[in-house]
Amino acid sequence: MYAGGTDLLVRLRKNPVNPFPLVCLGQIKELKGVRESPEGAFIGACSSHASLLSNPIIRYAFPVLAKGLQVLGSPPIRNMGTIGGNICTASPAGDTLPPLYVLDAVLEIRSQNAVRRIAIKDFIVGPGQQRLNKGEILAGIWLKNDPDFNIHHFEKVGQRNALAISVASLSALLKVSESGIIERVRLAWGSVAPTIVSPTNVEAALKGHFLSKDTLQKVMPLLREAISPIDDIRATAAYRRTVAGNILLRLLASFPYKEGYGT
Amino acid sequence: MKISFTLNGKKIRVDVPPDRRVLDLLREDLSLTGTKEGCGTGECGACTILVNGESRLSCLMLAAQLEGCHVTTIEGVSSAKKLHPVQEAFIEHGAVQCGFCTPGAVLAAIDLLQRNAEPTRQDIREALSGNLCRCTGYQKIVDAVQGGSAKLKKGQTS
Repeated sequence: MYAGGTDLLVRLRKNPVNPFPLVCLGQIKELKGVRESPEGAFIGACSSHASLLSNPIIRYAFPVLAKGLQVLGSPPIRNMGTIGGNICTASPAGDTLPPLYVLDAVLEIRSQNAVRRIAIKDFIVGPGQQRLNKGEILAGIWLKNDPDFNIHHFEKVGQRNALAISVASLSALLKVSESGIIERVRLAWGSVAPTIVSPTNVEAALKGHFLSKDTLQKVMPLLREAISPIDDIRATAAYRRTVAGNILLRLLASFPYKEGYGT
Repeated sequence: MKISFTLNGKKIRVDVPPDRRVLDLLREDLSLTGTKEGCGTGECGACTILVNGESRLSCLMLAAQLEGCHVTTIEGVSSAKKLHPVQEAFIEHGAVQCGFCTPGAVLAAIDLLQRNAEPTRQDIREALSGNLCRCTGYQKIVDAVQGGSAKLKKGQTS
């Protein structure tokens, strides 16, 4: 079962499967597009990344997701690949995943006779592993707009801008008061562990403090404990560990930061 | 399996094995060798085609996914006697060296210009960021896409 095929066809090239019992969901209209309802926004799982990037609901209500989509693959990959595929592929480097974690995305799973909902953090259990049972498909993603947050941050570190698999990435939603105090914070790192890392202890340690370099530096030990990066073709574990911390400091660039805040 | 789609303006029906990639259907079965295979893994853009006007990678699609779609390959952008303005601009600006990336780059440029008639150089760089070129250093390709944009605009007003 597949949608865009951008991941599957690369894998099939290495390991051809015969016979070939493949079902492509890509042309099912009901699984495409974004709908608004009192419950929130529903994103059809087979919506292409490009279609979501140009969707006004995604751009204005969920800018952190739009920022992740913007740097995913390349233009043709964004025309073909789907958000549902990015979730079910469950790569720790999936560019839509950290944004979906900080947005507390809830997934709608359908089978012939049933519908169930599951939080994305409970759905993805390891690299390439998710809790999709036989006979089920991911139908879509539910997101709730939370206008409270005033910083919508996404940063991906890769070897180049286009067509790069992330070495480390960070998504963040913050509510920072006028005086610079972090009132609410959601954080999620990609590519630094077998799944996306969204450490609640780091979030808790930031809450109530001034958004300053000092405050961010203080949570670094907690962050380094929460992540478990690996050495691979793209980067070493040590490099990922350093970068995961450094990209948190970039939050300062997302806020009209004044020298002297919190010091 | 039998599939029907529109290829370069003509409706066709073909019988293909279910694991046939679009790239192989075009090159091997239909002899449209303008579409190139570079990496075969979606990273180089040499196999770019337009499906319903959007750039896609024919190495990452199975033929069955074309059912009911409008497909344009590089062979379909020019008429018998006249090149597409973007192709003319690629020649005029020296944006073609070995030529292997050119069909994909031209189609990605046409996709961009359909959505954005007057792109900035940054817009062009982003739109063609999935098309690798090992010869030109990209400057002349960006020049050519700007040239193509001007030609298309002139064509519309004259």
